[in-house]
Amino acid sequence: MSESGMTDGSVKLSVSDISKSFGGVQAVRGVSIEVPKGVIFSIIGPNGAGKTSLLNMISGFYHPDEGSIRFENTDITETTPANRAAMGIARTFQNIALFRGLTVLENLMLGRHVHMKSGVVSSMLYWGRAQREEVEHRARVEEIIDFLKLSDLRKQPTGALAYGLQKRVELGRALAVDPTLLLLDEPMAGMNQEEKEDMVRYVLDVNDEFGTTIVLIEHDMGVVMDISDHVVVLDQGAKIAEGTPDHVRADPGVIEAYLGTGNH
Amino acid sequence: MDGDFQFLFELVTNGILTGLMYSLVAVGFVLIYKSTDAINFAQGEFCMIAAIVVAGLLQLYDLPLIVALAGGLAFMLIFNWGLERVVLRPMIGRPIVAIIMATIGLALMFRGLGPLVFGAETQPINLPIPDDPVIWGPFFLIPIDMLGAGISLAFLAAFGWFFMKSRKGVAMRAVADSHQVSMAMGINVERYFALAWMLAGVVALLGGVVWGNAIGVDTQLAQLGLKVFPVVILGGLDSIIGVIVGGIIVGVVEALAAGYLDPIVGGGTKDFTPYVLMIIVLMIRPYGIFGKPIIERI
Repeated sequence: MSESGMTDGSVKLSVSDISKSFGGVQAVRGVSIEVPKGVIFSIIGPNGAGKTSLLNMISGFYHPDEGSIRFENTDITETTPANRAAMGIARTFQNIALFRGLTVLENLMLGRHVHMKSGVVSSMLYWGRAQREEVEHRARVEEIIDFLKLSDLRKQPTGALAYGLQKRVELGRALAVDPTLLLLDEPMAGMNQEEKEDMVRYVLDVNDEFGTTIVLIEHDMGVVMDISDHVVVLDQGAKIAEGTPDHVRADPGVIEAYLGTGNH
Repeated sequence: MDGDFQFLFELVTNGILTGLMYSLVAVGFVLIYKSTDAINFAQGEFCMIAAIVVAGLLQLYDLPLIVALAGGLAFMLIFNWGLERVVLRPMIGRPIVAIIMATIGLALMFRGLGPLVFGAETQPINLPIPDDPVIWGPFFLIPIDMLGAGISLAFLAAFGWFFMKSRKGVAMRAVADSHQVSMAMGINVERYFALAWMLAGVVALLGGVVWGNAIGVDTQLAQLGLKVFPVVILGGLDSIIGVIVGGIIVGVVEALAAGYLDPIVGGGTKDFTPYVLMIIVLMIRPYGIFGKPIIERI
């Protein structure tokens, strides 16, 4: 459970009554969530419950058919994904989405992209400034590399790394954005126990040390119940329960929809 | 030196030089492919347009070469920027084949419009370079070929550096890798598309002027696009080094075919041998000699 002092009661992200359908399939129906600043906020639900669709609307890849999304009291429903990243929303993907041809360092430096000011022409004209900027960003990336213990892998192409490490690099790339809201789509999927424990520790540390608000989609109930401040349960596109882990665990509707399917 | 060997030597050196001039055109394909994942079949037409503009500025307005080149550069930057904005940007996110078909449509349109607007006769672009071959030891070299090869190598090195080392180049590779993930990283994907097309315009200007000087400026110049296609396929669509090596291979194969096969069969083999080679390479290494194989996780 995160006890970071960053939770000051203000609302980081507020999703109001959003819906999205694809063809005839209603993926998300009238879901509202309110994520307080500084918490670990988990979204759970069976496969096809609409978790990833919801996340994709928060990061801007899908446009909701109805409803609105506010980030730090600004309506971002019409904001492009790139601009949302610039505002401080970063994410990882369910399937590893590293730039495979690029090295670990290059992947992380791309995370700094939103903070880089100099354009093509200006970086040719003011070589010195661009260089200085590069050095600053490199320093931030090195901090993240230390934080995630990736120092030996800097120059490795990411395609060649072990699965768990790729997931960690992807987390690092998202952190390089310096997000205040981090969206993690199944960061522990497909990991062995040890890798999972590492990842849990990193997620907790990110929340703790950087005060980053985290929205997490995860299937491992043990992990979710352990680290979340707040849990939302989706089923067939709709929110069926929410509250503290204990509260959700005891909810009969949740047990039927999700936990009852044999999971713990 | 033995006469037969001398002949072979000449074929190979001139093949290499011509091949590097092919590389200069071929790199236009790679620039677009590396950043947008699409193949631009109008690259040859871009060369034609650039050459027509430069030749026009030289003939009609009697401008100095350097001014005409600057004018051509400005024209190509604006032209390709506009093209990306009007035709190609709305197609982002559509299937790649739709984008490819659009470029084929553009190619045919330009080929038709070019002569209508600029006239059909062949215009010269005269670079201040002697026509007489240079004989230097065993080398028998044509100056424009040397210049073309030199420009080609210089710019290919610059593009290689750009993609490997510069921040914009790395971001461009990221955009090619995944539009979606790039957006999540805050990369303005559309801006990089525009940049890629503008760079393709710059390359087209270089290719158009060098080849326009060598063979004259008319719609034939647009054939360069298809002509260099084996170069791109041989080297790999996403590899700058591949473009150089592919260009050299195609240039040398063409020269050898012209030197040894044409006299036997009565000519014409030069024009199709590169394609035969391309088909063979496609069968053995579908991603080209230097292209990155696409690994599917199953």
